[in-house]
Amino acid sequence: MHGHLTPPKPDEELNVTFIDKEGEEHNFQVAQGDNLLDIAQSEELEMEGACGGSCACSTCHVIVESDDMFEKMDEPDDDENDMLDLAFGLTETSRLGCQVKMSKALDGLRVKLPSMTRNLQASDFSGAKKS
Amino acid sequence: MYECLPVPFGLVRFGVAPDHPDVKNCQDKFEQVASSPRFNFIGNIAIGKDLPLANLRPHYNAITFAYGATKDRKLGISSEDRLKGIYSARDFVGWYNGLPEHQALAPDLELGEEAVIIGQGNVALDVARTLLSHVDGLRKTDMTDQALNTLSKSRVKRVRVIGRRGPMQASFTIKEVRELLNLPSVSFEPIDPALFPPNATKLPRTPKRLTQLLVKGSSTPALQARKSWSLDFFLSPTSFNASNATPCTLSSLTFLRNEVKGPDIFASSATVSPTTSEILYPTSLAFRSIGYKSEAIEGMKDLGIDFDERRGIIPNDLHGRITSLSEDGTGIPGLYCSGWVKRGPAGVIANTMEDAFDTAESIAKDWENKEPFMAGTNGWDALQEDAATKNLRPVSWDNWKRIDVAEKKRGKAKGKEREKFTSIPDMLAVLD
Repeated sequence: MHGHLTPPKPDEELNVTFIDKEGEEHNFQVAQGDNLLDIAQSEELEMEGACGGSCACSTCHVIVESDDMFEKMDEPDDDENDMLDLAFGLTETSRLGCQVKMSKALDGLRVKLPSMTRNLQASDFSGAKKS
Repeated sequence: MYECLPVPFGLVRFGVAPDHPDVKNCQDKFEQVASSPRFNFIGNIAIGKDLPLANLRPHYNAITFAYGATKDRKLGISSEDRLKGIYSARDFVGWYNGLPEHQALAPDLELGEEAVIIGQGNVALDVARTLLSHVDGLRKTDMTDQALNTLSKSRVKRVRVIGRRGPMQASFTIKEVRELLNLPSVSFEPIDPALFPPNATKLPRTPKRLTQLLVKGSSTPALQARKSWSLDFFLSPTSFNASNATPCTLSSLTFLRNEVKGPDIFASSATVSPTTSEILYPTSLAFRSIGYKSEAIEGMKDLGIDFDERRGIIPNDLHGRITSLSEDGTGIPGLYCSGWVKRGPAGVIANTMEDAFDTAESIAKDWENKEPFMAGTNGWDALQEDAATKNLRPVSWDNWKRIDVAEKKRGKAKGKEREKFTSIPDMLAVLD
């Protein structure tokens, strides 16, 4: 999986920035059509893709920093939204990385990786509720 | 990593539904982990049975318990274990997924057209989907041939999925509901709109989307449907009734209607209490699906672990450090837990993954902080001899890969992803 993305053609590079859990920014120049999960994994960022990018889990959850950029994206389909419903720290601008493909309109995209470490509450031990 | 079966992956192999192959892709990640030279898989050895826990202790710095929930919760109703036609959903899922211990289940799906599932979690919906799907759609999955054969003879046409509380409290997730609503030629009985909050658009995103989906229902009209299903709410079972003609066979279930209590009857935490109003559903097939349950491993006490029987978890500090109940919650050096045996049996792979990261972080931090660990360092090298004198047959990762190849080959011949070996001797026979 790692490092196998085709490099963008000269003058066709698109910029994307990932902001990791520590707040550190990672900027990459990528090609049109690359999805955020593949980019993150090929750059060895800490993003899981437990289902291999098939929209069957929520482990590649990202948060789009600006509302404007979020609006420019194709709307998430039902399958993606169903998975997002199970994601930790869901926000109004949450997406699954595997479903967001880079395009000219998304040049300069900035996404945050949600903090996975959630402080467990006593209610997590009741066993009744699915988060 | 010790595993009681000769094959790895636990619930991903034996719990995740065969028609959810994408969810099983996390096995690729497990393969990557297993390829580390610092990882050692020792299959076909049950800790606590084949090898006493106490024998492990002198040879490791730390032990993490991540063995999940091996039992299911019971309703506690008389004749639940006695009548023919009542099955545990867990056993049924294990059976169609090829789990060796449930291969003799032989569920009889030819007794009648009605089936009742008690419980409204995702396991309940998996069972419903399996009963309602056209069997030809499952033939390409890794469901066992035996299960496909039984399902092809099923007479079940009508499935009720019954919950103690209402739709706003149900624990199923939206993907599983949507799949059922989208099954071709399967209709869904509309839910009474009074069970939903009057202003559903103001709900938080997750309950709002689920409510909208449930209200919308299925696009298949009842008259054109081959099979149908319903979600029935606010009902608690009180008895399984035998048939007069064949006294050992289920013929109906009696439920008491519940009423919802509390200031907000639509809150996910709302509770219910029984009324005196009864309802009887005739059925010859019922599945119990009210949750899984972890149990202690024999010998845990010797390590100072007080398994919490009530909650079905190993007492821990919420981050996987096992604590002793008797000594005011002090940690037990070198002992950790993760997954369902740490948190309780709920949640999807994302939850379990996060939980594993959390425990791993605890171990790494403790090591960095020079907290006390156990003293052993020789691990499996030291235990091998022990296993040999007990005539155990450990299965390595390379051994598993050979079983894997053999299963895929068997599957290919039938146009399936794999045909699992459903008994331990058959798995081991590949290695002879």
